Amino acid sequence: MRITLNVWRQKNTNAAGAMKRYEVPNVSPDMSFLEMLDVLNEDLLEKKDADGPVTFEHDCREGICGSCGFMINGVAHGGHERTTVCQLHMRHFKDGDDVVLEPWRANAFPVLRDLMVDRAAFDRIIASGGYVSVSTGSAPDGNAIAIRKLDSDLAMDNAQCIGCGACVAACPNASASLFTSAKIAHLGHLPQGQPERLERAKKMVDQMNNELFGSCTNIGECEAVCPKGIRLESIAMMNRDYARASFMERPSTGEVGFG
Amino acid sequence: MAAVATNSTLHRTLEFWQASIGKKTVMAVTGGILVGFTLVHMAGNLQIYLGADVLNHYGQLLKSNVAVLWGARLFLLASVCLHLTAAFQLWSLKAKARPVAYQKLAPTKSSYASRTMYVSGPILLFFIIYHLSHLTTGQTHPQFDEGDVYRNVVLGFRQPVAFAAYLIAMGCLGFHLIHGVWSAFQSLGINHPKYTPKIRNLATGLTALIVGGNLSIPVAVMLRLIGNDVQ
Amino acid sequence: MELNSRVPSGDITTRWTRTKFDMKLVNPANKRKHSVIVVGSGLAGAAAAATMGELGYNVKCFCFQDSPRRAHSIAAQGGINAAKNYQNDGDSIYRLFYDTVKGGDFRARESNVYRLAEISVNIIDQCVAQGVPFAREYGGTLSNRSFGGAQVSRTFYARGQTGQQLLLGAYQALERQIEAGRVQMLARREMLDLVNIDGQARGIVCRNLTTGAIESYAADVVVLATGGYGNVFYLSTNAKGSNVTATWRAHKRGALFGNPCFTQIHPTCIPVSGDYQSKLTLMSESLRNDGRIWVPLKAGDKRKAADIPESERDYYLERMYPAFGNLVPRDIASRAAKKMCDEGRGVGESGFGVYLDFSESIQRLGADKIRERYGNLFEMYDRITGEDPYKLPMRIYPAVHYTMGGLWVDYQLMTTVPGLFCLGEANFSDHGANRLGASALMQGLADGYFIAPACVGNYLASTKFQPVDTSHSAFKDAEANVTGLTKRMLNASAKRTVTSFHRDLGKLMWEYCGMARNEKGLKLAIGKIDALREEFWDSVNVPGTGDELNQSLENAGRVADLIELGSLMCRDALAREESCGGHYREEHQTPEGEALRDDENYAFVSAWQWEGEKKAQSLVKEPLTFDYVKPSQRSYK
Repeated sequence: MRITLNVWRQKNTNAAGAMKRYEVPNVSPDMSFLEMLDVLNEDLLEKKDADGPVTFEHDCREGICGSCGFMINGVAHGGHERTTVCQLHMRHFKDGDDVVLEPWRANAFPVLRDLMVDRAAFDRIIASGGYVSVSTGSAPDGNAIAIRKLDSDLAMDNAQCIGCGACVAACPNASASLFTSAKIAHLGHLPQGQPERLERAKKMVDQMNNELFGSCTNIGECEAVCPKGIRLESIAMMNRDYARASFMERPSTGEVGFG
Repeated sequence: MAAVATNSTLHRTLEFWQASIGKKTVMAVTGGILVGFTLVHMAGNLQIYLGADVLNHYGQLLKSNVAVLWGARLFLLASVCLHLTAAFQLWSLKAKARPVAYQKLAPTKSSYASRTMYVSGPILLFFIIYHLSHLTTGQTHPQFDEGDVYRNVVLGFRQPVAFAAYLIAMGCLGFHLIHGVWSAFQSLGINHPKYTPKIRNLATGLTALIVGGNLSIPVAVMLRLIGNDVQ
Repeated sequence: MELNSRVPSGDITTRWTRTKFDMKLVNPANKRKHSVIVVGSGLAGAAAAATMGELGYNVKCFCFQDSPRRAHSIAAQGGINAAKNYQNDGDSIYRLFYDTVKGGDFRARESNVYRLAEISVNIIDQCVAQGVPFAREYGGTLSNRSFGGAQVSRTFYARGQTGQQLLLGAYQALERQIEAGRVQMLARREMLDLVNIDGQARGIVCRNLTTGAIESYAADVVVLATGGYGNVFYLSTNAKGSNVTATWRAHKRGALFGNPCFTQIHPTCIPVSGDYQSKLTLMSESLRNDGRIWVPLKAGDKRKAADIPESERDYYLERMYPAFGNLVPRDIASRAAKKMCDEGRGVGESGFGVYLDFSESIQRLGADKIRERYGNLFEMYDRITGEDPYKLPMRIYPAVHYTMGGLWVDYQLMTTVPGLFCLGEANFSDHGANRLGASALMQGLADGYFIAPACVGNYLASTKFQPVDTSHSAFKDAEANVTGLTKRMLNASAKRTVTSFHRDLGKLMWEYCGMARNEKGLKLAIGKIDALREEFWDSVNVPGTGDELNQSLENAGRVADLIELGSLMCRDALAREESCGGHYREEHQTPEGEALRDDENYAFVSAWQWEGEKKAQSLVKEPLTFDYVKPSQRSYK
């Protein structure tokens, strides 16, 4: 089949970008979407196209590393349930389809080139508190703490986040709430995460705000495009923990003092 | 060192407001207050079906205690202001968070109501101003008679333009509530697979009740089911 | 050159403890004066960087991806072994040690493997404490599953995403150290050269993949944890970015390369569907528990699976290996599939595939039970192939999955270059000639969390360091080398794309250095690969410039190194005149066609020394001795 692509081309972060049209003839329905782009890129290379091949991020191509992702016809990852771009196959398209490809758009995700954006803001959110502070060597036996299976499963549901950024891209507000809450909920459901739970929520949410992500207004587009099925329930948990961290936490004794 | 502790609480409150989650909490709480008011307001207004005397008596009762009246008015005004400020700030954050718009953006599962809160909200704001000037202070009412609530309502709604304005406003209120009520729970951190479907039903029920109750009055007036005693 | 493996002597159970006690320690106040470079942020790299940050060293960590969380460790599905014996089924450190040495077909060091088994229990504790959500029983204790040939249940898992969860645990520990200022993360950097000064590894040169700038970094120690090189076959289950560049460039700077030809080929992957195919997807080994593998009895039978009657199907594994049936080890299952396809009995359009049929299990257990066990895998298969495995048999074919070879390291994980350490899949490893399922994660984390931090400390405490910075002439030389290579690629005659070279290399490797190898084929391949190398430098098509984000350029550098590595792999396979584990030489088989090991002459590690451009590497041997697990022939009949 024949596919027409409208691809956002942008040389670097500061350059102006524009949509360009490309024809990809002979697309096999068994190709993955990225393989179709590979074919386009080989063609652009052979033709010595002035813009060069289309830059897009990808690595594992099995939907787990979170590298790939862009908007396909206005939907993050193309809109198939629990499917990243690399797992999307061309059999879902028809001969003659006109497809629009755009990078994730958010102030916190500057475009690096074409369809590739910089998601370092996500790392900084995790760095602000998305962990259990336990150094190597200081762990008790793995079975020392029994964990209710349900809690473990809920933690796992959230821990599955691949950090692809589709939630931010699909959110009309460009909010990173689903991403941030997934980590807060992952650790918040486990006993290991309790000692730092409120502090973690406070730090991570504050960092998220500092990164210029928008605010969640409970629209739910993030949940719909999340390739790992993270739910809005996690955002509610984050909201709860953040409010508690802001008002219910006792000041530390050092903070109160005895003056 | 006590100052540090006070500072810290103030600081935390300010920080909470700074954070978008804080603003959303404020929106949820003030939204809840306004929904409550709307519900009571509607219940009061439905007394119109009991006749002019009952409604007018209710109107007088509301105004009988100036302190309570103004207390309530200021409380509501404060709620509206906070709701507005938070909404405005969140909205301006939205523009900052995505300075370059998508050439193509196709919503998937989200509701129309949820995506248009920034449209239904401002319309409701203008409506409230109009509504106050229409039936409370009377500037936009053609035959306003301070004290005769019943007559003001009936004559007011007989105007096709006013009737249309109320119709549109109630449509917006419906959209605003059906997302807003559920959303308030979510913002306050209440979301549970067992209860969230019930909260969604509650939002729908509450919306139907408020919109239906409120709309019944102008419709009844237009259909001449009530107010035939007013000329 | 003489290899000193620094393997301790004496009782194997106390070798690691004694080694640690004999190590010199760095005074806590001095730790922050020492700088460590860690290249790679997968399980081994992230764990090592985080742990050394916690200890107080001044760490810089590099990865070519946009974030340390994307390293390919993330794709491991099945699980991680540990000798916890939580199931009370007779497991022990000694049994895990024994299984691993035997599974590796007696081509690994006993001391290393014992240490790995010993540390396995600490890994689980550490990961649980970090909040890794391992599967649990209803009583709240950790759950185990059995895996690949082992007779005990010792595999810990987090659904089908164990690698992801372990990596995120290490990543979070790393981010904590980044926040604390003890680790500086340099993402989107690709290491392109190693800098040695006075015989010690003292830094790296890398390319900033965003800006194209060539950057130098100096340190007291360089740790490479850059993964395996399965992508030499072009099609593999590795991520597209996985490459050999960091270890290869270190090899060219003096690090010996160990056992390059030991490659693991996984029997159950989704077959290739066309020329455009860019990667292969693994279907978990666990499917073989309930699926039956078959091909048509007659060659060239192109009927649909459903139209082939039971009497005309050949359940070849059940026929050839009645005792183990469909559950024979990975290398044997892979070779059998290849044999069927070579006989012309392969299925699917290409003829390179065999059926993995669940119809009998579905009849016996019901579709719901099968969905409960393998639902996510069936979904993935459906998503990729568009076929519903509940109705049609799956088509599977072996694919390259893991490389046991890598930089040669001694017991303390140091390469032949002092100050250059190598961890995880990147080193020649503890897996011998064949890795057991669920052992890769174990090795990566053992190296990263526990072994490397101790050994690096010992090296730092016992070595004198001259102060150096990146203005040193060795850095300038390395920068010039890197810039020169970049220019050569950009200025070549641009006749063929990088991918087309990579595909050709992959075809040669798969054909001649894949599941079965022979002298004639290997010699042919070496000639062809060396010619491919010439053609590559002459006519590769790399657009754009070196001063920008340029994915074609990144890829070109990686493929250039993979071509050279391919040649070495063939030479190594040619030199090893025996069959063992993943290395199967057709000349060396039993009358029944099984691998024939030669312990008399080949019980050694092949370590290859770089002798200069366009010269053949020379072979250095490290003899292997087996004091505890006596070599025996594997039999699965």
